[in-house]
Amino acid sequence: MLEIKNLHAKIGDREILKGLDLTVRPGEVHAIMGPNGAGKSTLSYILAGKDDYEVTEGEVLLNGESILDLEPNERSVAGLFLAFQYPIEIPGVATMTFLKAALNAHRKARGEAELTTPEFMKRVKTVAEKLNISSEMLKRPVNVGFSGGEKKRAEIMQMALLQPSICILDETDSGLDIDALKVVAEGVNALRSPDRAFVVITHYQRLLDHIVPDIVHVLSDGRIVRTGGPELALDLEKNGYAAYVADAAA
Amino acid sequence: MAAVKETVDQVLSIDVDKYKYGFVSDIESELAPKGLNEDIVRFISAKKDEPEWLTEWRLEAYRRWQTMEEPTWARVDYPPIDFQDLHYYAAPKKTQGPKSLDEVDPALLDTYKKLGIPLKEQEILAGVEQGQRPVAVDAVFDSVSVVTTFKAELAKHGVIFCPISEAVRTHPELVRKYLGSVVPITDNFYATLNSAVFSDGSFVYVPKGVRCPMELSTYFRINEKKTGQFERTLIIADEGAYVSYLEGCTAPSRDENQLHAAVVELIALDDAEIKYSTVQNWYPGDSEGTGGVFNFVTKRGDCRGRNAKISWTQVETGSAITWKYPSCILRGDNSRGEFYSIAISNGRQQVDSGTKMIHLGKNTTSKIISKGISAGRSSNTYRGLVSVGRKASGARNFTNCDSLLIGNKCGAHTVPYIESKNASAIVEHEATTSKISDDQMFYCLQRGLPQEEAIALIVNGFVKDVLQQLPMEFMVETQKLIGISLEGSVG
Repeated sequence: MLEIKNLHAKIGDREILKGLDLTVRPGEVHAIMGPNGAGKSTLSYILAGKDDYEVTEGEVLLNGESILDLEPNERSVAGLFLAFQYPIEIPGVATMTFLKAALNAHRKARGEAELTTPEFMKRVKTVAEKLNISSEMLKRPVNVGFSGGEKKRAEIMQMALLQPSICILDETDSGLDIDALKVVAEGVNALRSPDRAFVVITHYQRLLDHIVPDIVHVLSDGRIVRTGGPELALDLEKNGYAAYVADAAA
Repeated sequence: MAAVKETVDQVLSIDVDKYKYGFVSDIESELAPKGLNEDIVRFISAKKDEPEWLTEWRLEAYRRWQTMEEPTWARVDYPPIDFQDLHYYAAPKKTQGPKSLDEVDPALLDTYKKLGIPLKEQEILAGVEQGQRPVAVDAVFDSVSVVTTFKAELAKHGVIFCPISEAVRTHPELVRKYLGSVVPITDNFYATLNSAVFSDGSFVYVPKGVRCPMELSTYFRINEKKTGQFERTLIIADEGAYVSYLEGCTAPSRDENQLHAAVVELIALDDAEIKYSTVQNWYPGDSEGTGGVFNFVTKRGDCRGRNAKISWTQVETGSAITWKYPSCILRGDNSRGEFYSIAISNGRQQVDSGTKMIHLGKNTTSKIISKGISAGRSSNTYRGLVSVGRKASGARNFTNCDSLLIGNKCGAHTVPYIESKNASAIVEHEATTSKISDDQMFYCLQRGLPQEEAIALIVNGFVKDVLQQLPMEFMVETQKLIGISLEGSVG
């Protein structure tokens, strides 16, 4: 589904990814863990197509097609979704309006007609309810004045609405208390399916108690330095990243 | 990708095709000879069959105008206008003054249909059955009003809505009493010119205690080349009356500049309220700044009575040059003035617009919300005056000016003037300037929105407070218009 081969990328003169390889198959949940500065967020931005980064080498294939030349919106409609670590505020634009614009953009790309308002409302209501998102919150401008938990729930709601094939969750646990974390995790788990894959980027193990990964990778200094099962995350939690960082440096 | 990267090339490639109202109607016109002199003023007055007092009034203005100089203080730059190289009167030949719809040239009806303005009452009423509210329209084509709808229905409520040239004949006492009472013929270069040569425009009178039963609107179209449009609008809300009025404007895409110098006067007596909205979409010129309408407009409302209220809402997307300051004179005690503005400039457009709030009465309040959006190589200036007179104790003003820049070749300027002669006045001014952030763009794109849709969405969010002031019927259209105006603003 998602294949990353020997990916090198830099911002300005600084090389951040130094030959990253990763293969994600349909239905799998991968966790990418690593110390601060390992390149975790960079990876998510590069996959989504943010233009501050320059890919100098390597390939990224989504369902067998290279996506590196696609605009971010083209990647989105191709099925790639990024749940932001810090969701962006858009003053004056009601969340509902934003959702409608996004969903219609996806439908248009697939050659489908826009949804009627009642049909759209029904879909939003279904996904919003599962994430405890009130209709009052849907009227508020996108992410403006949302609490940390509300922002993350809203991200998962967008994900549920757009039905992507590959979901990248960038530090979705940051800024969440344990109750909010559970709601978000349940939202994600509800979306797990044999034809959808997840890449969960996190610094801490605690998110992985709730979203249990199939495969765990350790990212350090721009490369995957270790891959294992869920037990790898527990080991990291106990012993820290020091051993792996040393490996990478060696 | 290039989110909000500076994309001058793209902006420069905005082509005329994007202005969808740029077509020319092939309608034979009767034109006054080019140039301006006393004979032309008399010619216009005679064409309209005007009484002697009005001819004299025009001539007085003309003589005054000859002694005046074009103002140069605005932040706009344009080649000198040759006022002798213009036609001051142009009228579609077959329509001499407003008649019933059956007599209107079908080519004219087609023109308005193409512009999305239905003029046939039965078509409008068909819309009503589908849940739309009816809007009475006065359609002004070059120098004459071609038709006014729903006059009979309005007359039942005592509301007069007709071309001003007709009102001069049918309600001379009202016209004579109020014309020039807010914007005197000596007011300024363009207003004085307008007083001398004004052609048509709308006249509205809402009698005491009447709430006008429908939205009134005038649709201005400049068609003929090398003409100036000088319309004159006069709206009077008598004691306790209420009226909401909307004007729309478009013009064909022509290489030469067209001149539009209008005067609008509003008078609100005790407890009356006038809500005046404008959606101005004159042809803005091409990407190199060739052609486009020069829009020099004087709009002023007079809250002449106690508790009177006047509210201006404007959406300015067109014109090569906009020079326009809809103002309120808050004469009556407790009167209130409001100004809500969205000014979008793209390409080489130049906007210098704002408002004046003149507080004269006690406990008068005013509110100014201005949203300027500059893209391309345009220049967008907010210029505003809040003045509090000696007797205006308890006056309050709140001003908020926000500017949004798209790209780095455009400019936004805010020039507020505040004068207070009364120590009890409270005047507040807030201003912000921002750019659409790369992060906002990236976020929208990541959700699948194409770049131009993302910009339109963010800009619509930015102007939301003002959009909400527009009559419902026009809000959706305006949102779309904002999207179209910003096409090609980033690449």
